[in-house]
Amino acid sequence: MLFKISMSNIRKSMKDYAIYFFTLIIGVAVFYIFNAIESQTAFLNMNEDRREMIRFLTTAISGVSVFVAIVLGLLIVYASRFLMKRRNKEFALYMMLGMSKWKISALLLCETVIIGAGSLFVGLLIGVGLSQIMSAVVANLFEADMSNYRFTVSASAIVKTVLYFGIMYVVVIIRSGFVISRCRLITLMNSGKRSEKITMKNTWVCMIVFILSAVVLSYAYYMVGWNQWNLNTDKIITAIIMGAVATFFIFWSVAGMLLRVIMSVKGVYHKGLNSFTFRQISSKVNTTVASMTVICLMLFLTICTLSTAFIIRNSMNEQIEKNFPIDFFADYGKTETIDGDEYPLYSSIDDEYSQKGLDIRDEFSEYHNFHVYYDREFTLSIFIGDAINDLNGYFESFESAGKSMEPIMKLSDYNALMKLYGKKTIELKENEYALCASFEPMVDIYDRLFSDKHEITLFGNTLANHSHHTIKGYIAPKIQPINTGMFIVPDSIIDEAKEDEGLLVAADVFAGNYKSSDKKETEKIEKEVLEKWKNVMGNIMGEENVGYSYYTNTRIEAANSAVGVSALVTFLGLYIGFVFLVSCGAILALKELSESVDSMPRYTMLRKLGVEEKDITKSIFLQTGIFFLLPLLLACLHSYFGMRLGKFGLDMVVVGSFTKPMFFTAAVVVLIYGGYFLLTFFGSKSIVKEQK
Amino acid sequence: MSLLKLENVEKYYGNKSSLTKAVDNISFDVEKGEFTAIMGASGSGKTTLLNCISTIDRVTAGHIYLEDTDITKLKGKELNKFRREKLGFIFQDFNLMDTLTAYENIALALSIQKYSAKDIDKAVKTVAQQLDITEVLSKYPYQMSGGQKQRVASARAIVTNPKLVLADEPTGALDSKSSKLLLERLSFLNHEHDATIIMVTHDSFSASYASRVIFIKDGKVFNEINRGADTRKVFFNKIIDVLTLLGGDVSDAL
Repeated sequence: MLFKISMSNIRKSMKDYAIYFFTLIIGVAVFYIFNAIESQTAFLNMNEDRREMIRFLTTAISGVSVFVAIVLGLLIVYASRFLMKRRNKEFALYMMLGMSKWKISALLLCETVIIGAGSLFVGLLIGVGLSQIMSAVVANLFEADMSNYRFTVSASAIVKTVLYFGIMYVVVIIRSGFVISRCRLITLMNSGKRSEKITMKNTWVCMIVFILSAVVLSYAYYMVGWNQWNLNTDKIITAIIMGAVATFFIFWSVAGMLLRVIMSVKGVYHKGLNSFTFRQISSKVNTTVASMTVICLMLFLTICTLSTAFIIRNSMNEQIEKNFPIDFFADYGKTETIDGDEYPLYSSIDDEYSQKGLDIRDEFSEYHNFHVYYDREFTLSIFIGDAINDLNGYFESFESAGKSMEPIMKLSDYNALMKLYGKKTIELKENEYALCASFEPMVDIYDRLFSDKHEITLFGNTLANHSHHTIKGYIAPKIQPINTGMFIVPDSIIDEAKEDEGLLVAADVFAGNYKSSDKKETEKIEKEVLEKWKNVMGNIMGEENVGYSYYTNTRIEAANSAVGVSALVTFLGLYIGFVFLVSCGAILALKELSESVDSMPRYTMLRKLGVEEKDITKSIFLQTGIFFLLPLLLACLHSYFGMRLGKFGLDMVVVGSFTKPMFFTAAVVVLIYGGYFLLTFFGSKSIVKEQK
Repeated sequence: MSLLKLENVEKYYGNKSSLTKAVDNISFDVEKGEFTAIMGASGSGKTTLLNCISTIDRVTAGHIYLEDTDITKLKGKELNKFRREKLGFIFQDFNLMDTLTAYENIALALSIQKYSAKDIDKAVKTVAQQLDITEVLSKYPYQMSGGQKQRVASARAIVTNPKLVLADEPTGALDSKSSKLLLERLSFLNHEHDATIIMVTHDSFSASYASRVIFIKDGKVFNEINRGADTRKVFFNKIIDVLTLLGGDVSDAL
């Protein structure tokens, strides 16, 4: 019997429940999909590095899942409370008919269980389906082989989803039982009437509050958007609190303010259904100030999270192209320890290879092999003088950094390397030197020195700076190359035999591209090259007091780590973004749809007055649209200024334009939030449709 | 030529096995400038009849002509246009927009007919004066008394200068003082501004303000009396007489 009533109740209030149910399904599905990534990727063939990345990713996701579950839980509690309020009259009827509060609670329990079980089942079904697509996405992202892939259902993710959502539903059941046990018949019966009272605000007060909030908000924007150098954690928190409070008061006053503005233009206000439409919007906004604020802030967070994630991802991809223009880079150095100090010794990759009867050049189609030198007498502190103190803070011990010898390379080597990298070559006169660096604080110091003539002495030759600027660039490619400085000098002043003049060979460098035409071949060759390298470098005959250092980095390795980071941020960003957007959309949709149910008599009246169907549809569209647009607009504004701060922070680590990531963010927001808008619009339209 | 002409109007509810004839073959004419009251007990079909005239409901058979237009044949947009331009409604429960002020409620009827803001202002102020509601124009419905609300609703009904004003139990939710005030205003509009009014009521006091009363029983016209040159009091007594006859019939059946 109870079950029968529950079922018919659900069927009857399907209009109210549809969005709720739909949201639950999305929540369950998203929760499952992200938590199933581990199982989904178990059958993909990929290398150990990437496998490790995925392990890290799944750990991060399960951490975020707790947070996501809390957000979804709050949403579910809010939605169920909201739906229960709408049924006060129904409960009153049950009580009048003599149903006990226990019975009503049992009825609600029954309903929650039906909806919960239904949403879990459908959500998991959809989740399992979509997670197969997710596997393909992951495989594509991590360039994994899907040939062994088969349809996967993650039992652990199912258990986790059921457990988390089960807890949420239990909370809902306890809450509703509690509410029922406390309510009184008379308040239930009068609840319908009470809600009809409309809160009307003085429009002039609204104007003043709105302007004040806008001023406060502008100040907060200024703090994070332009005054970034003076920011500290306290100030950021102040700005956030100011922003949040101002957001609340803007929603408190915006309807009244807009109404006042529109009313003052009589021609607009008294045109068609405008007066009705704007009053509807203002009454809706005025009764949802708190929710609107929360939604706006959540949208703000979503936009920031998503765009940051996409910016990092975009930057990672671009950095590979920009900062790793060759397949393979390696250096090899030898040092001798004399009285506790290390001195570089002559080193040659070729020598080591030939000892094993090998040649490193075999696998390379184009390459350059060169030496980097030191001048025993030429250290950083000699070069930059007192400016060394400016580096305090960048290096743990800037004094020892000052003692380190500066690396030097021949002009011909530099130009050959740049040609290999596809970058600009330079020209030097016989008595000139150039400096190539990328680390900003150092570049600043160098540029200051170069604003004047700055002579240096190398191997007994006096050289002058060739221009007033440092050449911005790197010698060793990395995802984020940090080059503190490489001196480029004319070939003529370097003679490897002149060791007595202080010339030391710092390292032997080899950079090149493989003899390969496609990706598969590249991977194969790389394996061979690295194998050979390990073979040679790992078996060098040791000498007493001599240290060896060797280093390799390849484009594939760099790409691997970049893929890991970008996948991590993308997944987490999308996960949080999805859940937030769905929550925002669901709250607004529930509110708007229930408003439509309440407003049905108003539309009936409009029809009796002879209003065209088309105008009613237009009015509903405007109402829904503005209701959804208001928090989004403010959130976009918040995000714009928030991202100014973000950009300030990110600029140091990311490259690439912000346009594409912003576009992706907008696409995700429009897709989900816009989807909820459309659902709500069509839902409202069908609710207020003429009943015949 | 009469303004409104009903020809054998019928309205049935239900299906073949249980048919309710809410309106059973009713015909009458209403002249321009007439104040007609339709009286009858609950369930006599008077509201259904009014709904048919106002095109809210469709007739099962018969025709209703308003100035040569057969309104039973109107559809969709034409129907909306007809309601908008030719009719004015007054309902028992006022049906004002609770989110709009009195002024805006009245203005809404004009703005959906695309009047300019200037014309709207003028028309609203004039009609407010006629119905004595100038001082409540800036108030919301919840700040007004029932009588004031009903006069605002009446103002909205007549502000567009409709051919026909239809009132469904306009005094049903009002106290006697407010009822009297409203009815006096309606008859003022009828006399001074030549408004044609059809009012459905079961209250003989309300009906006595009309110039003509049609009695309906079980979906059929039972009787019809004209006020002629009678005073309202005399007319009221006549109505009571007819009602006694009507009621006697009912008690016979019991």
